Amino acid sequence: MQFRIWRGDKSGGDFIPYETEVTEGMVVLDAVHQIQAESANDLAVRWNCKAGKCGSCSAEINGHPKLMCMTKLSDLPPDEPVKIEPMRSFPSIRDLVTDVSWNFRVKKQIKQFKPRKPDADDGTWRIQQGEVERVQEFRKCIECFLCQDVCHVLREHHLHDQFIGPRYLVYTASLEMHPLDTEDRLAELKQAHGIGFCNITKCCTSVCPEDITITDNAIIPLKERVVDEFYDPIVKIYRKLTSLVPGSKAQVRDSSG
Amino acid sequence: MATSELVQVDLPDKGLKARVTARRDWWWIPQALTFLGFSSFLIYGNWAAWQGNHYVYGPYLSPFYSPELWGNSPHAWFGPLPQWYPQFLPYSPALLILWIPGLFRLTCYYYRGAYYKAFWADPPGCTVAEPRKKFRGENSFPLIWQNIHRYFLFLSLGVLAILIYDAFQAFWFEVPAGLSGPAESHTEFGIGVGSLVLLTNCVLLSLYLLGCHSLRHLTGGRLDSLQRKPIRKTCYECVSGLNKRHMRWAWFSLFSVGFSDLYVRMCSMGIWTDMRLF
Repeated sequence: MQFRIWRGDKSGGDFIPYETEVTEGMVVLDAVHQIQAESANDLAVRWNCKAGKCGSCSAEINGHPKLMCMTKLSDLPPDEPVKIEPMRSFPSIRDLVTDVSWNFRVKKQIKQFKPRKPDADDGTWRIQQGEVERVQEFRKCIECFLCQDVCHVLREHHLHDQFIGPRYLVYTASLEMHPLDTEDRLAELKQAHGIGFCNITKCCTSVCPEDITITDNAIIPLKERVVDEFYDPIVKIYRKLTSLVPGSKAQVRDSSG
Repeated sequence: MATSELVQVDLPDKGLKARVTARRDWWWIPQALTFLGFSSFLIYGNWAAWQGNHYVYGPYLSPFYSPELWGNSPHAWFGPLPQWYPQFLPYSPALLILWIPGLFRLTCYYYRGAYYKAFWADPPGCTVAEPRKKFRGENSFPLIWQNIHRYFLFLSLGVLAILIYDAFQAFWFEVPAGLSGPAESHTEFGIGVGSLVLLTNCVLLSLYLLGCHSLRHLTGGRLDSLQRKPIRKTCYECVSGLNKRHMRWAWFSLFSVGFSDLYVRMCSMGIWTDMRLF
């Protein structure tokens, strides 16, 4: 089978043709390793678990952001070379390896989990499974950053300094919707984290290897909460009126922030 | 944008950036179908709305024209167009109503994603390069107005209630005086193909509207826990269930509402014959 793998670094590069024997059941990562062993010992590729759980081997295969370890060669057209390139939303380090450290810096900017006072004297909380089911979906994320890669706000417009991307909107949702959490992240979502840049084209959802319904279950619910807080005129008036009531939630929020 | 502690990323690989896409599949097909589907509906809907005639046939009232506030049909709520209406202005009962479902669909989360891709190429497809470099998202005018989607939902729910009433009325046919006994004309229950068309339209519209993302938020999504609110929890779960197939119901209901108008129009013009099933 023929492959064209992008070789290069920050300064530039090109697609180099390779050929290797493939057998039934092989995935793209197997083929890349085989090429590495046979004809390109210096080919840089990041990988770890080979089971679709570590999120290390993210790449673009024939233009689709995918995990190399979960992409079967039998699912690709056999009559043309398989094109493998690094994720385009992040700077190249070398060959298929990109510098994804921007993501970790973004994560630090998001307000951490701040639980309410413990329910019991021993410092523990009481919570039912049904209360956390919604946010459990978001915990499936393996941080492969394919959603960040496919998001056109980052990929095409390079708004890394104004938009945190779908991965961190999911992360924010997992905190913001947690029934124990008391932190308010809506102002940051609207301003510094740029949720308004998302124009809900659902590309992130379509590439998620964990099948997290990113747009419908995380981003749109957050957008709606931002609407409640900043755009809904009737909610604004209601909040204004209730904030006049001493001890009301609205008054506490206004006075604290 | 307000002060951000996020940092820009240096993406120097111009060779990689320059290509339109490395995708080899027919990525443009869904967008082309969306473009054709929406365009067809917009053209037909506009044409039908401006006609101002052939929107009633027997007990059937076209959903484009319901509620008919002022008009010449028996369905008109307030009778004929009042004298004070300027004669030089064009009038069609549909023009008073269609902006409600129109703006609801325009601001719908599903439609937004679909038409940003199909009409604005923003992006043309996932991992496909865009024709424009500038992007403001939904942060500024006019797209910031997408945020009032929930108000068009409220208005559309009102229109839906009226359409359900219309569908109910579509099962009651007028019997002229003297034909079946009583000397005065009266209505009797019956089922025509048009009754089923209008009923199906209401069902599909309900499935679309009741799966709305804003409704999902309002029924329970805005709360972090619904454990002690069993009614809201049930509502939230029902809306969430419909929301999973929001795209499907958006398309089905778009076709059904257009077809309902076409059906009534064709029957009224005498081109199609409404079959009475019962």
